[in-house]
Amino acid sequence: MAGSWFHADVDERRAFTRRAWAAAILAILLLLVVVARVAQLQVQKHQHFSTLSQDNRVRLEPLPPVRGLIYDSHGVPLATNEPSFTLTLTPYKVKNAEALFAELAAIVPIAEADLKRYERLRRQGSPYQAIPLRLHLTEVEIARLSLEGHRFPAMDIRTDLLRTYPQGPLTGHVLGYVGRIDEDELKRIDQGAYRGTDFIGKTGLEKAYEAVLHGQVGYRQVEVNAKGRVLRTLESQPPVPGKDLRLHLDIRLQRDAAAALGQRRGAVAALDPRTGGVLALVSNPGFDPNPFVEGIGTQEYAALRDDPDVPLFDRALRGQYPPGSTIKPFIALAGLESGVITPRQAKHCSGAYQLPGQSHRYRDWRRGGHGSVDLRRSIVESCDVYYYDLAHDLGIDRLGDFLGKFHFGRKTGVDLAGELGGLLPSREWKRRVRNQAWYPGETLIVGIGQGAFLATPLQLAAATAALANGGRYLEPRVAKSMEAGADQPEAIPAPGRPLGLDPSHLEDVVQAMIQVVESPRGTAKRIRSPAYRIAGKTGTAQVFTVGQKETYKEKQVAERKRDHALFVAFAPVEDPRIALAVVVENGGHGGAVAAPVARAVLDSYLLGTGPAGALGEPGEEEAEDGD
Amino acid sequence: MVRPLSLAQRLHLDLPLLFALLLAAGYGLLVLYSAIDQDPERLEAQLVRLGLAFTVMVVVAQVPPALWRRLAVPLYLAGVLTLVAVLLVGEIGKGAQRWLDLGVLRFQPSELLKLGVPLLLAWFLALRPLPPGAWRTLGALVLTALPAVLIARQPDLGTALLVGSAGLAVLFLAGLSWRLIAFLGVTAAALAPLLWSQMLDYQKNRVLTLFDPERDPLGTGYHIIQSQIAIGSGGVYGKGWGLGTQSHLEFLPERSTDFIFAVLGEELGLFGVLALLGLYLFIVFRGLYLASQCQDSFGRLLAGGLTLVFFVYLFVNTGMVSGLLPVVGVPLPLVSYGGTSMVTLLAGFGLIMSMYTHPGATGRGGGGRILPRW
Repeated sequence: MAGSWFHADVDERRAFTRRAWAAAILAILLLLVVVARVAQLQVQKHQHFSTLSQDNRVRLEPLPPVRGLIYDSHGVPLATNEPSFTLTLTPYKVKNAEALFAELAAIVPIAEADLKRYERLRRQGSPYQAIPLRLHLTEVEIARLSLEGHRFPAMDIRTDLLRTYPQGPLTGHVLGYVGRIDEDELKRIDQGAYRGTDFIGKTGLEKAYEAVLHGQVGYRQVEVNAKGRVLRTLESQPPVPGKDLRLHLDIRLQRDAAAALGQRRGAVAALDPRTGGVLALVSNPGFDPNPFVEGIGTQEYAALRDDPDVPLFDRALRGQYPPGSTIKPFIALAGLESGVITPRQAKHCSGAYQLPGQSHRYRDWRRGGHGSVDLRRSIVESCDVYYYDLAHDLGIDRLGDFLGKFHFGRKTGVDLAGELGGLLPSREWKRRVRNQAWYPGETLIVGIGQGAFLATPLQLAAATAALANGGRYLEPRVAKSMEAGADQPEAIPAPGRPLGLDPSHLEDVVQAMIQVVESPRGTAKRIRSPAYRIAGKTGTAQVFTVGQKETYKEKQVAERKRDHALFVAFAPVEDPRIALAVVVENGGHGGAVAAPVARAVLDSYLLGTGPAGALGEPGEEEAEDGD
Repeated sequence: MVRPLSLAQRLHLDLPLLFALLLAAGYGLLVLYSAIDQDPERLEAQLVRLGLAFTVMVVVAQVPPALWRRLAVPLYLAGVLTLVAVLLVGEIGKGAQRWLDLGVLRFQPSELLKLGVPLLLAWFLALRPLPPGAWRTLGALVLTALPAVLIARQPDLGTALLVGSAGLAVLFLAGLSWRLIAFLGVTAAALAPLLWSQMLDYQKNRVLTLFDPERDPLGTGYHIIQSQIAIGSGGVYGKGWGLGTQSHLEFLPERSTDFIFAVLGEELGLFGVLALLGLYLFIVFRGLYLASQCQDSFGRLLAGGLTLVFFVYLFVNTGMVSGLLPVVGVPLPLVSYGGTSMVTLLAGFGLIMSMYTHPGATGRGGGGRILPRW
């Protein structure tokens, strides 16, 4: 046996050697083909290619497209391309860099940061490529440089179109900004399509609509001399400019909403309930996107990043707050839809609620209780006990399913980059994240919009819009249409879905929300307007948990631990044209602080009046206002 | 019989192969230094990569063949599974499809398969006596095609080609019958139209422009036209190191990566090209010789297969740059600027040295088979 095995191996070895020789011969033959080809090019056709190379002064240059502009709903430009003049140097022509910098600095100011950026870019690029040294030359500086230009062969003055945001901090979050393409993006994008383009949308609308705004690169074949200087253009394929965007956003409303918030941290999201269009999306404080375009300085950036008010954080899109009592109209609707309650059916509120067999007292915001409470009163006075009981009867599964239809716990699908979807607690979530079973008491807390339940201002506004328009959930859209030159604008659709709600149930809830503003007992009675009718709901989101035996005393709690004030509303109730959500961080009670902001925004949109300092100092009566 | 082991033997290295590889890498560095406009930083980056790649080679060579054989299946499976994962994740993210981001480490699973496929096939075919019959051949073809198709769908045609040819090389060395080879050749020719219909537009374009570069002078044809001008204008003696006008006036695209062969042709001429091709040929011959000296079929097939993959690399690249083959993203081995593929390539040579220098490590030259019963 051993013998035959040994012979088998010898056979295999011999067979392998034969194959290796075959492979080696094939390799030689193939290499000879390559050698023959190279020899053909280098010997036989050498003269031909040598001439071509001598004449090869035809170079392909990319013609980058002009980025599309962004206009608000009235045609006010929000993002434009402004000419900007840049002093560049071509490194291989620079003989003595230090001396050249010194000479140039005598003509125009050149900062330390300019030199650093030049060095960084020079190392990355080719020495035959012009590198920017000084940005944003003024006309006087250009004139002075032109006079001295002949002395500096390495110097050029380049005209760029620089993305500019005329509204500054007002649109920093919603529009986002463009910036230089970084290494990660370079790997992701189609490099051919971005040849000659230095900038790409980094955040917000600029990122979401990058493909639309960017356009298509063009080319031109140019003849250059032996030193690489362009002599003439032979052939060109013009670039296709990016499409302009027309937004639903109304910059005047945006400005008034920001002014209504004033110095407070917070957010306003306002939608048109008929179209899903985003009328205003404010996160306060904002930031100026303009310095980000050319690369913000380290110190300037650190100042923004370390600001305790986090101006770079988009509260409207990414701020996740407990919705508090603003969730109650939706819970009430869930109760009506599932037949757990009827509008007339009353529950008794003694100021606290206990689950059978448990000692924990779930307290109402009003210590003495509201007495006998029906659906309308539960919303008008924001009775907690009513919703503890309703949530208990519904159970977390039914509650979650219903709220999910309004996109609680998932993104609204707005056309902006970086949206967060909030958190709608569920059995599945609790098992996954905390590895624990669901407790009945947690259902009660969800019923009043507290606990782990989180929603963004945009989510609240979009859900409220669905109440306002008769039960259609519309994905919010900031952009209304795309326009390419003189062509007919191409509308951007906002996908919508009817939620299949009973109109009479919706009517019951809306009537109650009207009374929140119009009833003398309503939590937002102070914002009642003589000019139009508002439906709304106040809310207060706990930041700081109060112990079982303690009471919440606003004055004693540090400002940052105070409750967030919320308000959702739509108007006019007969034919709603605007639905909104307001969050004022650490503002205290929704009725006192957030509702006046909403009123100012509604006034601005419906009446055209500017803001008049909506946020006064917190008054005395607010303890009765809140919930 | 027993001789004292030399240092090279104790380090499990083959000196002629090592010197040829170092010489080719050094020569490549010279060409590259010109192609990157003598940028010291990029030169340094390439030096670091070369250092890393050679270190990996030495480390790989220390691992005995028996262990490599045991790793064949896990490595292959890991490679294929990550490929599937990357395809799925890539489809969701619509973005970076070739890379799997593991936080600290980002790697291309397709690189793993450049070694995984020859390892697996050498293991699979050496399980039983050679040459393989029809069923084993079919099995080997399926095992090769699976990762190759997955990679081609990324789409990364160059790597798919290398992985596929690795499998075919091992199969060829295993003694695939000439009749089957002829049959496969005819089948492939018959399937060509089907393959054509499966190709993406840009891939079709590259094939078409090979025959008629002028049909797309602004796109892929531009590469071919400019690289041929570069090579042709170099002539027999070249324009001189660092003096290539095609390269330095930026007519030649991707001159430091896939098209660096054109820089060599332009600046160092036909002699420069012949010197590099001569070195390559020596490496291929040495690799095949080492393979034939291995103790068992597993070692022979693996070492021989990897050597042939190296040949495919250089043939596809030089053929593409000189206008013989369509433009496929395959770097020029040991010369092109860039990291991961060089590490894989030299790890492959590490494997070859491991197979050659660990005598009898797989068990009495047991042919990679189950031990004989006697």
